[in-house]
Amino acid sequence: MSGSPGGVNRLGQGIEAMQSPTTASAPGRPRSFARLIWWFVFIAGVVYFILPLLGTFVFSMRAIPTFSAYTDIMGDPLFFSSLAYSFTVGIITIIVSIALMVPTAFWVRLRMPRARPIVEFITLLPFVVPPIVLVFGLISTYSHPPLPFTYTDIGSSALLVAGYVILSFPYMYRAVDTGLRSMDIQALTEASQSLGAGWLRTLATIILPNLRVALLSGAFLTLAIVVGEFTMANFLARPAFAPYLSNLSSSAPYQQAAVALVSFGLTWIAMGFIAILGRGSRTRVTVTGAR
Amino acid sequence: MTGTAMPLNAQGAPMARPGRRRFNLTFLGLVPFAIFSTLFLLIPTSYLIVGSFLDSQGSVTLQNYAGLTDPVPINAYVTSIEISFVTALAGGVFGFLMAYTVISGGLPGPFRSGLMTFSGVASNFAGVPLALAFVFTIGRTGLLTTFLAGIGIYPYENGFSLYSKLGLEIVYFYFQLPLMILIIAPAIDGLKKEWREASENMGASSAQFWRYVALPVLMPSLLGSMILLFGNAFGAQATAYQLTGGFINIVPILIGNQLTGDVLHNVGLGYALAMGMVAILGVTLVAYSFLQRRSERWLR
Repeated sequence: MSGSPGGVNRLGQGIEAMQSPTTASAPGRPRSFARLIWWFVFIAGVVYFILPLLGTFVFSMRAIPTFSAYTDIMGDPLFFSSLAYSFTVGIITIIVSIALMVPTAFWVRLRMPRARPIVEFITLLPFVVPPIVLVFGLISTYSHPPLPFTYTDIGSSALLVAGYVILSFPYMYRAVDTGLRSMDIQALTEASQSLGAGWLRTLATIILPNLRVALLSGAFLTLAIVVGEFTMANFLARPAFAPYLSNLSSSAPYQQAAVALVSFGLTWIAMGFIAILGRGSRTRVTVTGAR
Repeated sequence: MTGTAMPLNAQGAPMARPGRRRFNLTFLGLVPFAIFSTLFLLIPTSYLIVGSFLDSQGSVTLQNYAGLTDPVPINAYVTSIEISFVTALAGGVFGFLMAYTVISGGLPGPFRSGLMTFSGVASNFAGVPLALAFVFTIGRTGLLTTFLAGIGIYPYENGFSLYSKLGLEIVYFYFQLPLMILIIAPAIDGLKKEWREASENMGASSAQFWRYVALPVLMPSLLGSMILLFGNAFGAQATAYQLTGGFINIVPILIGNQLTGDVLHNVGLGYALAMGMVAILGVTLVAYSFLQRRSERWLR
């Protein structure tokens, strides 16, 4: 899958970037001095990447006895309940996002190509409306009748899921659309319908399985983003993982360091799954994440 | 799409189940998406837009936007833009160098996939845990700070603070750098070996190759990627909030304060602040997609 970096370049598609693992032979005939400089750049970057992780780990080890920071958080019910809450929200977000994006992208490609610019525009909007603005809008709109979502816990959680689904639009839509492009949905749909299947059945048993790699990597990216997301969860006062981590604060600094590392580990696991799934194809990058 | 004619898709082939003579209901397939985005994206955004033009009595006013020129909002925008610009430029240049190093700098192959995978993780490692990691590293009692004190260097006694603009830039750099590496890698891949050979055959030096071939080809991608990084930093709220406890004056923090009613008690100003943010990000997106199209010319 090396070579062609094309296909990334239409409006907004750079929001996902290609990653081809094979070494391309771009220009450059490194002489030994040049090579030394490249090594220096590389090592400086690696040191910068690793130092904060090392600092966090060392700090978590200052707790006495050693490792007690980790055993402490294992004994903290809030650690597990916040993690469970964020995972639940993440999984519901994934389901809603897939249920929304797959039929939409399918329909645009098959029957309504003229709607493509509008759909693409809407799925790009989360880049222009960042989480802080989106949650501001959601709270302003839905904290009073006629739709008082924030009056109840379940309503606030629903609003949070809705916000996360919106955040997932840019990469989910493009993942599904790219997946659809690589198969002949015209023929598949006609074949399926000539055998008597309806639209829903075609989507569920023909299109969806063919999209599983794209959907799974989108799902793991969503999970990584949702579990680490702070802004929206915090303003909606949800008992999520990132607000929990933030609130540990100065009362339990070592434990906070331990949880921060756990958070990094979770991101690592999610991205690891994406790397395995997308072996030889592409890694998705998003700029609408939890920053 | 007319209801009577057989509808054609983009390839010009007949659609599945063509030729039904009835009112066209094709648009119904997009209704769930339309309803969802209207409810949770378009209406909330419109609410902010409309609210930004209303005063507390509900009559139309431009007072909220006039309020943006007060010192606090102006400073917030200036600081936000400065932080985003500095980290986009630094992350862009250094990210390009790192990506070029592993792709064309003659480093062994596994370094590339290793760096790419790690960049995927690091670009998503942001917000609260990222801010904390830096506190534990270069905060007042952080690992690096204590190490430096051991060899007689005291950054905090010499005006440095992690909880300042410079500190925030150092932290943002952590997600800007890997994002740049991921975005620019395909463009570097697109630099063809033949161009290098052709320019060398014509007697060009390495510097001339970069000056007249590589940089002009890469420039739209480089600029576009940096613009994306700008927007990426501009919209960030969680990292800054965690790092400074909400006490740095940047736009996302100011909007957040407005939302919780801590500092300002002027909702209209909050709406206007949010609109200013949307406007700036809108410009970056337009500029980005323009440059993205320019970069297609050579890199495919």
